[in-house]
This record gives sequence, C-alpha cells and structure tokens, in this order.
Amino acid sequence: MKRPLTIFVILAVGLAAAIAAGLLFGAERLPIFGLSEEQRSILFDIRMPRVLLGACVGASLAVAGTGLQALLRNPLAEPYLLGVSNGAALGTMLAFVFFQNVEMSRPILAFIGAGLATAAVYQMAKSRAGMSVERIVLSGVIVTTFLSSIIVMLTTLLDAARLRSFTFWLLGDLSQATINGVYLSLAAVIIGTLILMSQARALNLMMVGERDAFDFGVDVGRVRLLVFGAASLVVGAAVAASGSVGYVGLIVPHLVRLASGSDNRTLVPFSAIAGAIFVVGADTIARTAIAPRELPVGAITALIGAPLFIYLLRRK
Amino acid sequence: MLTALDITVKYDGHTALADISVELGDGKLIALIGPNGSGKSTLIRTLNGTVIPQKGGCVKVGGIEIGSLSRREIAAEIAVVAQENETRFPVTVEEFVLSGRFVHGSTFGWETTADKAAAKKALDECGLADYARRLMDHLSGGERQRVVLARALASEAKILLLDEPTANLDVAHQVMMFRLVRERCRAGSSAIVITHDLNLAAEFADKIIMLERGRVAASGAPTEVLTADNLHEVFGIRTLIDKNPATGNVRMTGIF
Repeated sequence: MKRPLTIFVILAVGLAAAIAAGLLFGAERLPIFGLSEEQRSILFDIRMPRVLLGACVGASLAVAGTGLQALLRNPLAEPYLLGVSNGAALGTMLAFVFFQNVEMSRPILAFIGAGLATAAVYQMAKSRAGMSVERIVLSGVIVTTFLSSIIVMLTTLLDAARLRSFTFWLLGDLSQATINGVYLSLAAVIIGTLILMSQARALNLMMVGERDAFDFGVDVGRVRLLVFGAASLVVGAAVAASGSVGYVGLIVPHLVRLASGSDNRTLVPFSAIAGAIFVVGADTIARTAIAPRELPVGAITALIGAPLFIYLLRRK
Repeated sequence: MLTALDITVKYDGHTALADISVELGDGKLIALIGPNGSGKSTLIRTLNGTVIPQKGGCVKVGGIEIGSLSRREIAAEIAVVAQENETRFPVTVEEFVLSGRFVHGSTFGWETTADKAAAKKALDECGLADYARRLMDHLSGGERQRVVLARALASEAKILLLDEPTANLDVAHQVMMFRLVRERCRAGSSAIVITHDLNLAAEFADKIIMLERGRVAASGAPTEVLTADNLHEVFGIRTLIDKNPATGNVRMTGIF
C-alpha cells in the first residue's frame, strides 16, 4: 500500500504544478503577485477555464483509454484510434450544423456518436476466435476513416470563418473553453471515473481473459455495457468541448502502468490525474511554443503518441 | 454436489455431447478421459453454466438449477481452470491469484486479510511461495499453469473443474497437482479433472468417465473403466493392464 500512496502524492503535486504553470505561462507571462486588472481578466476569464477544461479533457481521455484497454485486452485501444473520438466529433458537428441554438445538443449528440462508434468497432472486431489486437485496431481505422469522410462532407456546409475554427477544433483545441464547458466536462469525468472504478476488480479479471472473468463470477455483458457507456460519456463530453485530442488514452495509461502496475483500482484514478497533467502541460506548450500564435493541443499529443504507438505495436 | 442429467449439446448441427449424466458427490474426484474432440471441455463448460444444454437436460449445483443462479453465485461454488490464454499487461502472480477472489469482494473493495491468506495458502500449496512478485509473462508454461491452478484454489469454491491442468507440467508437478486436488477433496471439496495421463487418473480418481464422440463409453471405478478392451475401442491402442506394485492401483502400459 505504501507505493500507491507515494505515486498519488507525486501525481497530486504534479497536477498542482501543471495547473499553476498553465495559469502563469502563455502569450503573456503573468506574475504570481500584484496582477493588474487586465491580467486578472486574462487569468480568470481566459486561462482558468482553459486550464481546468484541459485537466478534465486529459482525465477523460486517459480513463477512457484505461477502461477500453482492459476491456478489450489490448494495450493499443484508445478513444482516438478506435474511432470513438471521431464518433463524438461527428455528433458534435451534427449538433453544430443543425441545432446551433441548443447548447446542450453538442455534448448529447457527441455522447451518442461516441457510443455508436464504440458499438460499431466492437461488433466489427468480434469474431468466433476472439478479438486480436490487430483486428481491433483495424476496425478502429475503418470506423475512423469512415466517420472522417462524413465529417469532411459536412464541412462543405460551413462558411469560411466557421470552417477555420472547426478545423482547429477537429485537431483538438482548448481555446474555446467556457466555464460552462468546464462544469459539464467535470461532471462527466467524475461520473465516468467512478463507474470505471466500480468495475475495476472485474476489469482486472477481464484484461486477462473474458472467459476467465466469466468463470470467476463477472457479469461480462454488464461490465462491457458500463465500461463502453462510461468511456462514451467522458469522451463525448471531452470531444464536444475540445475536439479530438489524440493519443492521450494511449500514452497516459501506459506510463502509469509502468509506475503503479496494472491493477485497475489504482490505474484508473492515477490515469485520471496523470491525463490531466499531460493535457494541461501539452496545452501550455501549444500556447507558448510559437506565441503569440497557437498550435492545436492535439498536434502536440499526437507528436508524442504516434512513436509510442509504434513502440507498443512492435514490442508485442 | 454437482449433478448433470441427460445433457445434450449441439454446435451447428454437430452433436458435441449426447445424453450425458454426471454426479459429482462431495469429497469425490472424477477423472474425465477420452480422445481429442470427444467433448471433455464442452462437458466442463456445460457443468459451470457457460454452455447451455438442449431442452430436457439440466445441471444442478447443490440441488439448484444452474440457469437460475447468477454468474457470481455460480463462481462462489465452482472454480474452473481452463486452458488459458496470454496476458497482454504486466500482471504479477499475486495480483493474478487475488483476482480469483472476485466473488468475495465488494464493489470498490480492496483485498481483506482473508483474501490475502487464501491467496498465500494457494501459492504455497502450488509451490509458488517465492513467485508472488514475479510477472506472469516472465513465467514458463508450467509455472503459469500452476498459477492458474492457484487462482482457482484461492477462490475457495468447493467444486473444482480442471481442464487439462497437467498439460504443461513436468512429472513431479503433475503428481503435485493431483495430490493437491486429492487433498482438497479430502477436506470436503470435489473435482472433475480432464487428463490424458491415464495412470495418474487411476491413482488419484474415485471414478473415471471415458468419453467418446460426445457419449459416455465407460464410467465407474478405475479398474472397471481402464480395461484393455475399453482402451482399444475408444483410443484404438493396445495396452497391457496390471497393478501398480507400489500402490495396488490399476496400471496401463502401452504396447507399441
């Protein structure tokens, strides 16, 4: 028990540091004390929602990755690669195009889109011989590209100004953060993480084998539904707020597993904190690297994630 | 007490099991033998409720129809050692064995002292006392097999269904495995063990069921089942049957 506590303390301190850095650094560097009126406005109206949203999005994508990996027995399962993020993106976009005046339509349609994409990948990957790592990844590729093509078709309905912000959003972009978006993402990630934690013991068995889990008393169908549901919920909320930030669900659980082991009871909450640190940090880099211009945060995460993906694929 | 009555299982029109009845009393050890594809694994999976038999057949655990029990209730009574698959995540031996305690825990719960004690006892019994912190994917096939057995023992389910638990084991560990299961049976558990080692079956089992193409070819005490005629008919081999001079149990020697 001693080690998990140490890891928890390190992660908590790391999150506090990442949030502090995210608040202070940016196009304009803020002092710790003696803020001017304008600087206070930058801090509380712009950076605070953005950093907090980044933390929620990071936690969401990381716990979704953790849950999907254990459920599918596949270290490469990740919301972005499986097409879950794209499902949510398509849902968000449909809301954007057809229900622009109803703010809640975006997260709701994103959740539905994520759920449908998850179900589609699962159905395609399933076979009598079970699900191989490659089969799941390929099913994810198919769903992702199919949804991408629909998204591209829909973008033709947008005018030039909206097209640019939409393209940025698609790559993962936290610049549109609002405090309402933060509340919604926070609620989603708390509920989703609690659901996943409640299934952690079952997932410990399922990540070894679905049949083993069944034999040892796990209601496999129920766990699958809950984990898919929780993953769709958090990914839907995250994507509706910030677009498809990729690879977080791949990188974070992998690193946390190296430190704390594969027990999902610690892996899920630790991944949530580590994911928050990762995205807040990546977004701080995205805002400062070529300031005053900005990079989409998804470009930074993909830059780190893609090589790791290759490493994990080869290691098997 | 585990009973199966008139079980028939069909896969895509092919009959995997035909009218099989089994009765596993408390404290008993049954060895299930038969050629590859004779339905042994299907029978085990039917007995733990994974495979549902056709109408007319039924499986009962402690007198209760298995279909009316939840997975959790079944797992509390029956532990299965299956021919297992790879682990793709770094799982330690201890974590793996503790996962067998699933039915004893609460939703968010951590292992209790009882869980840890059961896991430790199972690891000790399987000769794995020093393995607790090792990673599953660093073990040999035989070592993994023992860990899988330890997980089933740690669950403390009274009925053990073991699908070829000795497949990857060396001679010493094969005997250890049977001795262990025998001891558990003496303490009130009961077990059905699929094995291809007929002499071990003869030494340790109270009863042997010999399957052939989904039917019971012979069933009874080892001396009744392991006869030269039965073995010739079912396996198509010639054998010499006598008694093990050390134990007095029936012994089979192949004639090649």
